[in-house]
Amino acid sequence: MFKDVEHLIRLAVVMAIALIAFVTLRAVVVPHSFGQYGHYRGDAIREIAARPVAFAGHDVCESCHTDVVEQKKQGKHVVVPCEACHGAQARHADDPVSVKPAKLDTAVLCARCHEANSAKPKGFPQVVASDHSGGLACDACHQPHRPKIEDSTEAKPATEGKR
Amino acid sequence: MDITRRRLLILLPAAAVAWKYVQAGTPEAAPNYKLTEHWWSMLIDIPKCIGCGSCVRACAEENDVPEGYYRTWIERYHVADWKIERPDVESPNGGKQGFPPNEIGGKNFFVPKLCNHCADSPCTQVCPVGATFVTPDGVVLVDKSYCLGCRYCVQACPYGCRFINPKTDTAEKCTLCYHRITKGLTTACCEVCPTGARQLADLKNPRDPIHEFLRRHTVQVLKPHMATGSKVFYNGMDGSVR
Repeated sequence: MFKDVEHLIRLAVVMAIALIAFVTLRAVVVPHSFGQYGHYRGDAIREIAARPVAFAGHDVCESCHTDVVEQKKQGKHVVVPCEACHGAQARHADDPVSVKPAKLDTAVLCARCHEANSAKPKGFPQVVASDHSGGLACDACHQPHRPKIEDSTEAKPATEGKR
Repeated sequence: MDITRRRLLILLPAAAVAWKYVQAGTPEAAPNYKLTEHWWSMLIDIPKCIGCGSCVRACAEENDVPEGYYRTWIERYHVADWKIERPDVESPNGGKQGFPPNEIGGKNFFVPKLCNHCADSPCTQVCPVGATFVTPDGVVLVDKSYCLGCRYCVQACPYGCRFINPKTDTAEKCTLCYHRITKGLTTACCEVCPTGARQLADLKNPRDPIHEFLRRHTVQVLKPHMATGSKVFYNGMDGSVR
């Protein structure tokens, strides 16, 4: 049919080698989970999910600190989750003996929520701290886990909840 | 099959390729978590937000967000009576340390913001390398080992939810605490919210209280005209919110 097919065979060989090289290279370079769920690396989902948590969650706290749960039930702070004030405590939950939560500064913490601001909802309890306590620490009168002051004998510093 | 010199030479590179995957292994996924059984969203109750900044601080701590960058932040709106269309919006340090007092008239309220985890997200559509995507359970994530840092997605997000992490030089955003929700926990921001203004919701779970809430309340998403399929629902949102 053709007089000299040799040059065609050479071309075909070169193209076949290029194709094999491309397919091999692609198999090596593209991660095996790419395209598992879509046009992305499926393992990325599992890698992101494998990150450790910092906040333990209030269910974990409540499984040990039952006394605080009882206290909180008696006041409005029952809806406030533990780590809203105490910060991330997953490390404490994993190792309660050697990792202890830091002591909190009520002057800063309470003000964040309760310092008066016109943008806060009208029904939310707000004070101007300087007028309200005259520089006295909040926990001199209020027990943070049960903040309402019912009579003067109950106004004492927060020591409950410690072990 | 006898191992001849020729066959060994052919097999060696193939084994080298396979060994890489044997060594790398597959990262451990959360047990009993099925991607197809969830469709995550968030509910934000604006009348409950007190602008305390707990969510912003918790997010930064949970996710190692660099200082000065925010995956979630709080805006304070001041809408004077005569300019409903041009509200004054401020977010000092993302609201991380709360807001200074402002005793002014008009309408004042807080709006917490975060990635809207859009079902038809503009940011994932523009990624040239497949580094960002919507997972089968409805969370928009970034694969930082694939991200080039080209910033297309940062420009594409209509909500300003993305930034380039200065350390890694890759795009970063809210993951809806994917590492927490796949373990049965709620997000860090929802976990610490003292008033319950933020609630994680699973739209595929028929027992999730969000369905009852959506039935009984008038909720809206941010920029609905952009048809992004936003899944962060705002209750009690003023028309001035952008």
